[in-house]
Amino acid sequence: MTRYIVRRLLSLPLLLLGIVSLAFLISHATQGDPLASIVSERQMDNPEVVAAAKARWGLDKSLPEQYFIYIRNLLSGDLGTSFRTKQPVAQDLLERLPATLELVIAAMLLGSTTGIVLGVLAARFRDRVIDHAARLWALIGSSTPVFWSGLIFLYIFSVVLGWLPGPGRLDARATPPEGLTGFLTIDALLIGDMGLFWDALHHLMLPALVLGWTVMGIVSRLVRASMLDVLSQDYITAARARGAGEVRVLLNHALRNALVPTLTIIGFTFAYLITGAVLTEAIFSWTGIGSYAVDAARSLDYPAIMGVTIVGGAAFLLTNLATDIAYAFADPRIRLS
Amino acid sequence: MTAPLLEVRDLGIAIGALDVVRGVDLSLGRGKTLGLVGESGCGKSITMLAIMGLLSEHVRVTGSIRLSGDELVGKPQSALAELRGKRMAMIFQDPMTSLNPVMTVGEQLGEAIAIHQPRMKRQARQARALDLLRLVAIPFPDRRLLQYPHELSGGMRQRVMIAIAMANDPELLIADEPTTALDVTVQAQIMELLQRLQAERHMGMLLISHDLGVVGDIADEVAIMYAGRICERGSVDAVFDSPHHPYTHGLLASLPQIDRTVGKLASIPGALPSLASRPQGCRFHPRCFHAQETCRREEPQLRPVASGAVAACHFAEIAVPSRKAEEVA
Repeated sequence: MTRYIVRRLLSLPLLLLGIVSLAFLISHATQGDPLASIVSERQMDNPEVVAAAKARWGLDKSLPEQYFIYIRNLLSGDLGTSFRTKQPVAQDLLERLPATLELVIAAMLLGSTTGIVLGVLAARFRDRVIDHAARLWALIGSSTPVFWSGLIFLYIFSVVLGWLPGPGRLDARATPPEGLTGFLTIDALLIGDMGLFWDALHHLMLPALVLGWTVMGIVSRLVRASMLDVLSQDYITAARARGAGEVRVLLNHALRNALVPTLTIIGFTFAYLITGAVLTEAIFSWTGIGSYAVDAARSLDYPAIMGVTIVGGAAFLLTNLATDIAYAFADPRIRLS
Repeated sequence: MTAPLLEVRDLGIAIGALDVVRGVDLSLGRGKTLGLVGESGCGKSITMLAIMGLLSEHVRVTGSIRLSGDELVGKPQSALAELRGKRMAMIFQDPMTSLNPVMTVGEQLGEAIAIHQPRMKRQARQARALDLLRLVAIPFPDRRLLQYPHELSGGMRQRVMIAIAMANDPELLIADEPTTALDVTVQAQIMELLQRLQAERHMGMLLISHDLGVVGDIADEVAIMYAGRICERGSVDAVFDSPHHPYTHGLLASLPQIDRTVGKLASIPGALPSLASRPQGCRFHPRCFHAQETCRREEPQLRPVASGAVAACHFAEIAVPSRKAEEVA
């Protein structure tokens, strides 16, 4: 098992290199001029300024040269400087990644737990009212676009009812603590500021709810399907035959088996949301990775695009590994080797 | 007179409009073995599940099932769960699929004990689980407790299933083709184990099988089932020595016998009718060599025959040549 994990971890940089190279090729192959975001429109006619900018950002060099320079810098831990923010990309990412992670983790926790509960109930009460209601709720959740449900939720809970604050991660007057984890709820607890904690938590609720609803839809449908499959197995009848009651059959016997396939989808969704939560981030003014990625792509900010790609790729590779390890723990028949 | 351990009267099982089992009567005394024999799909297994109360709510069960006089039909699930694993236990056909793959042998054994003896301490439970594995003659029992089902062979898994069934000393053990999925060499060991346990614990055993040889060896009574009905029932001696139902006769004739040379094994022509297309009259008549007009119209009822058994055939007395007579000739 340890050997397996080490081997997988060792192969990680190679895979990332492949991802980075592909991203480099694709981003540089697009029609468009990154200079448009570096040099102001009026200066574009001035060949001296343009030439200076090209030289300053290394855009005068040939594509292979640019590539090797980028890779060399990458190996020494330098992700380059963003054309747009003029900040080191690594710094940009570190500022924004915790925000996204905080949102995505909260959404995953919310969505997975409610999804599992709903899926179990739907399978147990198959074709009854609970089942139909759960399936309808899940279908709405997984098919409603976030930009729409986000606005509706904001309108209801923030504007009409006033229960929860509007967009943003904190109240405009609050100052986030610096130099800590970047997870505002955790940082607030670390410095012991309960007021700040509640503020951060309240701001987190709506976007997590919106994003979690989508997750819930995906998870509950999968849990329902695999619960139905497991409940028809012989070992379920055998468990009942030894006198196991309904709750024990559902949770100890069926759910433990049904969760195995569910792990995959939870892992995949998590990795996907790291860069895929962009709509939620946009609606809730959440300065995360997703919105950074979109801005980078729109201005052909090569270093930023590459940086986001590395984060997204690493997120996928690491969650895949974590899923495989979790699999081995959940199902003793699976041996990692 | 005390009530028999298990008494089934006029059992009917229906799924929607489909009659799966009808008019089944069975009776089993303490310490006795009743063999229930029939082809796959004849309703044996569903009858067992009905006795255990394990059928889904969509299945309609009518008639009466009494365990030591205690009526089970119509009992709420929670009350049935109290009885399952405690007074009646069941082992299944396929030991490869009847153990939970993600729970260790010890967890599943411990669970079987804990469900009915919730106050037992963890350590006592462990010790009991170990005893149970020894009881079913599993080598290295302490190591097995920590193993998962996939680490055991089929025979070992069936022993574990038997150990689980024995966890609370049941009065009734239902064995649904317990050896069908196992290797021939292992089959005999498992049957021996079951026989030994039954004798030691004075347990009633309901053995479902399509293996007449096994039933003839260990059962006291036998019931032959065809298309959801009992067609012949009686002591093993009576039924095996002089079968009165043509189906029983056909089954027995299709058994290979080591002391007789036959050119070709006899078989019963045709196949078991499907649930939806069971024939009018006697359900066996399309396959019966002796079918008459009456058989197509009227369904025969079980009635006493010369051997002391009961058979459901209009021509029970004349249709079947006695096996004894055959052998003499």
